[in-house]
Amino acid sequence: MADESTLWISGHLAEKIRAHGAETYPHECCGALLGRDSGVVGETDPEKVAATPQREILGLFPLVNRREDSPRNRFSVTSDDVLAAEKEARAHGVDVVGWYHSHPDHPARPSEYDRDHAWPWYSYIIVSVQNGAPQEMTSWRLNDDRQEFSPEGIEIRHRAAV
Amino acid sequence: MPVKVMIPTPLRPYAGKRDSAEFQAKTVGEALGHLTTEFAELRKHLFTEEGKLRSFVNVYVNDEDIRYLAKENTPTKDGDTISIIPSIAGGCN
Repeated sequence: MADESTLWISGHLAEKIRAHGAETYPHECCGALLGRDSGVVGETDPEKVAATPQREILGLFPLVNRREDSPRNRFSVTSDDVLAAEKEARAHGVDVVGWYHSHPDHPARPSEYDRDHAWPWYSYIIVSVQNGAPQEMTSWRLNDDRQEFSPEGIEIRHRAAV
Repeated sequence: MPVKVMIPTPLRPYAGKRDSAEFQAKTVGEALGHLTTEFAELRKHLFTEEGKLRSFVNVYVNDEDIRYLAKENTPTKDGDTISIIPSIAGGCN
């Protein structure tokens, strides 16, 4: 069984995701996670592993939820939005490494609909927004067999500038 | 110059980390068939069990969406570029 992967994100960016969910409540919010993967996967030195995130979120690209017909329980990011997010990522020397969205008055757990529409490799951050107030925030990655998501640990921190 | 298929970031781990692959192909369907033959793990992420392209998989030939052309029967010729662009969807129930 693979070890759970870990996502680093600064407190500032985590709060921006939560604020976006509160802003769009009772509708779902969505946006791109910009960041990069490190080469720590496979590293065995525990000090190196502790000091280097497997995946680090360095920025966000908030988007408009295109599901105007059902925004309370659905979100949609078009291919044009994906291309815009990728362009923004490239401009900052990072990649689109995942997506965030909110679950208004629902738990921060991926639904069957989430699973059916997910891409592998991406991190999917979900924030639960209860009565307009952001609550739990979780992250998930789709398994290779597409049958379920595996949870991804979120560490609220960022590396010191070098 | 054969047909070039651009592989989106989330699928590159299943294609030997490659960002593109080239094939001789007369249609989009033929090119995607070659792609998923060479990289079998890609198939389930691109196609449903019934063999249809998943709704969130968008395919373009030289920047034209195949939905507005002939879908997977869209003809291709040497030098064409096929791009696979994700769209992202989900929801709480």
